[in-house]
Amino acid sequence: MSKRVVITGLGVVAPNGVGVPQFMHAIKNGISGIRHDEELERLQFSSQISGKPTISEELVLRYFTELELRNFKATGILYGMIAGIDAWKDAGLAIEQHTEPDWNSGTIFGTGTSGIEKFRESIYKIDALQTRSLGSTAVAQTMNSGISAYLGGKLGLGNQVTTNSSACTTGTESILMGYERIKSGQAERMLVGSTSDSGPYIWGGFDAMKIGTFKHNATPEQGSRPMSASASGIVYGSGAGALVLESLDVALERKARIYGEIIGGNLNSGGQRGIGTMTAPNSMAVQKCIADALKNSGVAAEEISAINGHLTATSKDAVEIQNWSEALGKTGTDFPYINSIKSMIGHCLSAAGSIESVASVLQLYHGFIFPNSNCEDVHPEITKIIDESKIPRAVLEKEISIIAKASFGFGDVNGCILFKKYQK
Amino acid sequence: MNNPEPFEKLKGIIKPYVKNQEAFENITEATDFINDLNINSANLVDIILDIEEAFQIEIDNESMEKMLNVKAALDIISDKLSEK
Repeated sequence: MSKRVVITGLGVVAPNGVGVPQFMHAIKNGISGIRHDEELERLQFSSQISGKPTISEELVLRYFTELELRNFKATGILYGMIAGIDAWKDAGLAIEQHTEPDWNSGTIFGTGTSGIEKFRESIYKIDALQTRSLGSTAVAQTMNSGISAYLGGKLGLGNQVTTNSSACTTGTESILMGYERIKSGQAERMLVGSTSDSGPYIWGGFDAMKIGTFKHNATPEQGSRPMSASASGIVYGSGAGALVLESLDVALERKARIYGEIIGGNLNSGGQRGIGTMTAPNSMAVQKCIADALKNSGVAAEEISAINGHLTATSKDAVEIQNWSEALGKTGTDFPYINSIKSMIGHCLSAAGSIESVASVLQLYHGFIFPNSNCEDVHPEITKIIDESKIPRAVLEKEISIIAKASFGFGDVNGCILFKKYQK
Repeated sequence: MNNPEPFEKLKGIIKPYVKNQEAFENITEATDFINDLNINSANLVDIILDIEEAFQIEIDNESMEKMLNVKAALDIISDKLSEK
């Protein structure tokens, strides 16, 4: 028999808040984490604003030893470790030092790329004939599975320890992969989430594609404008989000706090067919992903109270709304509430799905819908489909029974999860 | 050149890598880096890089393989310093 899967721990490292309480305060109050980025200006990026988590030296030393920090340059691993360990502790779990690993707990922690600054440094050294001076951690910091390996070691995990990667769907995918593993009885507990490095070497390719907005270099906090008529491109973000998933039985047995239940979801791809390409989603696949998520959760569209969209702040946001509308068969005032946290933190790329899922679960557990910032001027193509009242611009205190979270990524890949308020 | 005792200098270099602090406090020339001090074997290359920097010497691959305890390390440091 398949297991019910619940969320018992959360951790987050976001541009507008490091730690769950700080993050929750920020999203409820529409606080932006987007700043002018001097390095991007120096490097003559067209988009010179970004979202980077603020982390003090003192905080770093709570998660890493001084030895581990020697020649350490992997921001994504730093963010992922803080979020992952926070989630573990938030779930009331201890960091055991037994000789035997914890066979029932694993991690699927995604990233797009790892330690890109370290990788850059290594390449320069190799080209200067200094390979021998790379040190012992160049591999651990730059292998994609670096983040799951660091977490696995810190927590003594003995079940599956791996890293998934599916561009901007990565975070959502990691949660669904962990969910499946617990549901099928292969693990009791999975630490899931994702992370993304900060900096020009991660964001440069997007700047070359002119995906980042160049209109807000002097007004960073107004730069990311999901669903707005004046949306002019994404804002580069970074950070990490983490969730501890457990089988309901295990969570109840140890009397863990239950934030919510994952009742299902779906992952698919548009195959880069039809209107789908490497960089543009196939709407047919997006709609099918959402519809199938509902179907395999046994949920009717009426039961969805809120949507946390992908909504990146490009001109394509209206297409996403159209896809949700068609998949759910809902329009106007029948459409659920919808929001996008990207207005406050930018597009955190491979970390987006997990940070946004943490935001979704917080809304579910505490009963609120965070405001959509920078959306005073809702795009007219969007108000043709759904009523403007469904796009809250101020925080709404409201009980949510089910929230749908979706992410879409390069490679025409999609993921949709349904989080439900926990009921016995 | 005002060079402090190589032994003390070496102790300072390996200190951050040591997992067994008790063994470190009782360190002698016979102390083995991995077996006694529980230093992660991957960190041996970092220790060698630190030694090279601190003593301004270069340690070749053959010497590296032998640097498993305090005495071997001190001998190699002394050889390389005399070659300078």
